[in-house]
Amino acid sequence: MSWRRRDLALSNDPTQRFLPWMLAMIVYLAGLSLAGMMSLSSAMDRWDTGLKGTVTVQVPTAKAGAADGAVGKLVGILRKTEGVIAVRPLDNRDTANLLRPWIGEGTLVGDLPLPRLIDVRVETEPGPDLAKLRKTLNAAVPGTVLDDHKKSLNHLVSFAHSVEFVGALVLLLVAIAAIATVIFITRTGLAIHHEGIEILHLMGALDSYVAGQFQGQALELGLKGGAIGLAFTAATVGVLSHFSRAVGSDLLPKVELGVLQWLALVAVPIGVTAIAMLTARITVIRALQRLP
Amino acid sequence: MVRFQNVGMRYGLGSEVLHDVNFELRPGSFHFLSGASGAGKSSLLKLIYLAHRPSRGLVTLFDTDVTTASRNQLALIRRRIGVVFQEFRLLNHLSVIENVALPLKVSGQDWEENRQHAVELLNWVGLEDCIDSSPQVLSGGQKQRVAIARAVISRPELLLADEPTGNVDDVIALRLLYLFEELNRLGTTVIIATHSEALMERFAHPRLHLSEGALLGPLTGPPTQPGFAS
Ligand SMILES: Nc1ncnc2c1ncn2[C@@H]1O[C@H](COP(=O)(O)OP(=O)(O)OP(=O)(O)O)[C@@H](O)[C@H]1O
Ligand SMILES: [Mg+2]
Repeated sequence: MSWRRRDLALSNDPTQRFLPWMLAMIVYLAGLSLAGMMSLSSAMDRWDTGLKGTVTVQVPTAKAGAADGAVGKLVGILRKTEGVIAVRPLDNRDTANLLRPWIGEGTLVGDLPLPRLIDVRVETEPGPDLAKLRKTLNAAVPGTVLDDHKKSLNHLVSFAHSVEFVGALVLLLVAIAAIATVIFITRTGLAIHHEGIEILHLMGALDSYVAGQFQGQALELGLKGGAIGLAFTAATVGVLSHFSRAVGSDLLPKVELGVLQWLALVAVPIGVTAIAMLTARITVIRALQRLP
Repeated sequence: MVRFQNVGMRYGLGSEVLHDVNFELRPGSFHFLSGASGAGKSSLLKLIYLAHRPSRGLVTLFDTDVTTASRNQLALIRRRIGVVFQEFRLLNHLSVIENVALPLKVSGQDWEENRQHAVELLNWVGLEDCIDSSPQVLSGGQKQRVAIARAVISRPELLLADEPTGNVDDVIALRLLYLFEELNRLGTTVIIATHSEALMERFAHPRLHLSEGALLGPLTGPPTQPGFAS
């Protein structure tokens, strides 16, 4: 037989019983915002690699016959331009495919007056002089638009960054909430077990010994609450990734996490537990300073 | 072992409950601490077991000035002192034997090696049937004996007992005093606060007498008898 029980009956405190649920909620919130941030940053990587080194030339919609000539003329110019790797004019069916995620299947697409697009792959470093190219193309076919995606990508990226910022803010607030909760509950525990703590102190217990009682309790409750919170996080991420696969859009961030990202989610309850233990320890040791 | 020099003590901002206390106890001595209720016996003991700091003066324990000692040094000094509190102060969610063995746990000792020792001690104070009970179901006198067993289990060099016979019958009171004498013979310095004139007469040990916060003694008899003050 070894020392069985904790010296202080901390687990009987009503406040201690509610701590795991608080921590579960905290882990859940932190896990969700972390999962969101990670999906978003994967999506940003995809947008970036997907769009880097491509420009799109948009030929103004004209009478069906005239468009083909304009496209041919532009393709000729592009092929001769320095820094251009490949030129591929899209026919109406390709364009319709691109639009399908927004408009959907059906005859409707064929009836729309679609602009003709030319997909151009360019060297990234140093790349062609786009301003000059834009002028040349416009001179050949007035109304031609050269889109290097920078604008839309920039918008997306700055939007993604602000979402990430909000996510980081949520993580910070969640950490503060965890600390505040543990401080409150530890202080309550110190008050409830004032007598037992004083006895331990008078027997010659070191401050770290008494703090260890609370730390052990925080470890137990942190892991319990963390497991609950992580289970809910995993379930939610699972459901969301099922839906995001069903939608199947390339533009939406895919809620699909890799092994490392799952490990990061598992680290959340561990981190919260560590925060809880450290907070309990510091709170107790500071309170004990008041004993002679 | 214990030296007080011009010690004063107050609770919070109240007036002094002890003033100008001077005495020195040699290792291996046995003293009674007497005085009317409210005279300051428990307060004096609190200064010795480091539950309270003096408001002035110098308290020296085991050759260490307690006002300058570090927190860890104070903890180590506390481990050398066994205390029987006037209100027992047992932990109710622990069993009797766990309460008794708690000082060993606190000082980082092994349970297996010490369990037998705790059992023997409980036999000695006549509580062999209550080893696994909760202290809550014990009578006042039984609790007191648990408190005494807890105070002596780590073989303290200094034993302080605050009214240890207040809740037990005369037979048990005598047995407890014999236990304290036994420990004293083994080298423990003992201070016992008591009201009981009968006990102090029967066990002829010098007494420290408190009267309204002032200390007389050590005396060899009741303070009212003139000529006994040293
Ligand atoms: N925690 C406390 N806060 C404030 N005053 C206290 C406290 N404890 C004791 N006192 C006061 O200190 C004085 C001495 O009390 P103390 O308990 O030391 O007396 P005592 O000699 O042990 O009495 P008794 O024989 O009744 O146990 C009393 O006037 C009491 O009111
Ligand atoms: Mg008293």
